Amino acid sequence: MNIVVCIKQVPNTNEIKINPETGTLIRDGVPSIMNPDDKGGLEMALRLKDQYGANVTVITMGPPQADITDRAILLTDRKFAGADTLATSYALAGALKSLDYDFIIAGRQAIDGDTAQVAPEMAEHLGLPQVSYVIDLKYNNGLCTVKKETEEGYQILEVPAPCVLTVLATANQPRYMRVKGIMEAFDKDVEIWTADQIDVDPARLGLKGSPTRVKKSFTKPQKSPGQVYEVDAEEAVGIIISKLKEKFII
Amino acid sequence: MEKSDYKNVFVFAEQRDGVIQSVALELLGKAHELAGVLNEKVVAVLPGHNITRHAQMLIEYGADEVICIDEPELKDYLTEQYAQTICQVVDKFKPSILMIGATTIGRDLGPRLAARLTTGLTADCTRLEISEEGELMMTRPAFGGNLMATIMCTEHRPQMSTVRPGVMQKMQRDPERKGNVINFKPEFDKSKFLVRLVENVKVDKGKVDITDAKVLVSGGRGVGCKEGFEKLQALADVFPNAEVSSSRAMVDAGIIDHDRQVGQTGKTVRPDLYFALGISGAIQHLAGMEESDFIIAVNKDKFAPIFSVADLGIVCDLNKVVPLLTTRLAAEIEKK
Repeated sequence: MNIVVCIKQVPNTNEIKINPETGTLIRDGVPSIMNPDDKGGLEMALRLKDQYGANVTVITMGPPQADITDRAILLTDRKFAGADTLATSYALAGALKSLDYDFIIAGRQAIDGDTAQVAPEMAEHLGLPQVSYVIDLKYNNGLCTVKKETEEGYQILEVPAPCVLTVLATANQPRYMRVKGIMEAFDKDVEIWTADQIDVDPARLGLKGSPTRVKKSFTKPQKSPGQVYEVDAEEAVGIIISKLKEKFII
Repeated sequence: MEKSDYKNVFVFAEQRDGVIQSVALELLGKAHELAGVLNEKVVAVLPGHNITRHAQMLIEYGADEVICIDEPELKDYLTEQYAQTICQVVDKFKPSILMIGATTIGRDLGPRLAARLTTGLTADCTRLEISEEGELMMTRPAFGGNLMATIMCTEHRPQMSTVRPGVMQKMQRDPERKGNVINFKPEFDKSKFLVRLVENVKVDKGKVDITDAKVLVSGGRGVGCKEGFEKLQALADVFPNAEVSSSRAMVDAGIIDHDRQVGQTGKTVRPDLYFALGISGAIQHLAGMEESDFIIAVNKDKFAPIFSVADLGIVCDLNKVVPLLTTRLAAEIEKK
């Protein structure tokens, strides 16, 4: 069994702050982390490896941080720059075409963009079936039985390999990454693949291949804050009740 | 692709078990506004089985036309069945804009469609407007809500966006509204139907939809424990249509269920009244509630960021304020 896991390195968005004077993002000193949903995906792959002896490859468009996989591929090329989700998924699909896989596993979404689009778009480019929001997976003889989270509960779906699965961070408690393992990961040869090495039409890569453009970005206009009272509970309740009456809420 | 061939604002009318989802009606409200600017039609696309009877409701909420695709294969959502259907609708009717609710279904279907149609898709838009050139401007939060980005898709059609439930507002339902119903028959390539739905399980753990509540009594780290939330529930019980909700910290701590979480990774809410009790106001939380009509924040820390969006801020211990407020409010409402 061959499994490819797509991972992304993201800034820890919990630690991003806005410079109140310039209104821009302060990214300096914000640590990069492995995207939480991708950790769930990697753990799912590693459990399949434990169970069925799978061969696990990770592929990323940023530096890999995972250990205990068998192979690591870094897709990197200036031609990929400025890619939106469609162009990103196209490049990844181009690279995946030259790999053997039974499953392609990806995190549901990355915490920097939160789009959840790249994996389903990649599945479409590869002509593979997909199941998103996967929380559990059983495999038997070429057929996967997956549990998918929905708003109302869950679904059980059957999908034949090869397929693309997107996994939630909560799916599997990621194993503890041993310090030794991490050190080994640095030693492991990461294969660097460029645009010329993958099966793609260069016109569909990067900014050129992206249908969407960021027209502008801005920090949210702050609404003017209301009045703040530093009072005791008795007085606070009086203020709240009179405000609610004034607003006809009660 | 000839851009001028593409016209009208399409909405994917999501149904589950034959029930039209609220987000579809919200999107129709927005579509009506956008189509007004463009001087185009609002078209609802309704795939499912035995669903044609819902077409009139979609018209009453703003659709000028409803394209019904009534097939047994479309009874339950499956990616490929729905992707083939909507793709053929797009090829035939050529919409300029296609809006989809950012539900688990919409977020699975949207990207599959965008890749098949080779067009752009902007996820989780919070604002949609038409530019002077008649292009769709899609604004969405990025970096966990720290930054807003306005995205355009000027060279490809349709311009696609997903919008989370609760973000846009429905039109007032108008039972007199008239519109056309078109039945569309897709040609399926069944050899691609590889995923099979074995079981659709609804877990009834007293799930609530906090986006429907008029009043939300929301608690954060400052509430601390289950007993603290019981006090919040008592306050919520005073109002006729109120629910308890929470910040992410309390969900991660296992004190509150995820379906009650407000914020970037939870729900987007806009109730008439939002109590933020012991919530410091991380940007991810603010992103989910700052559109509420009236926000009352109670927090011991006078520098808490929640005060920057609160209409009324109280620097005080919520454990003292909440029980007293519950008693007084109950008495006030009793008087009426």
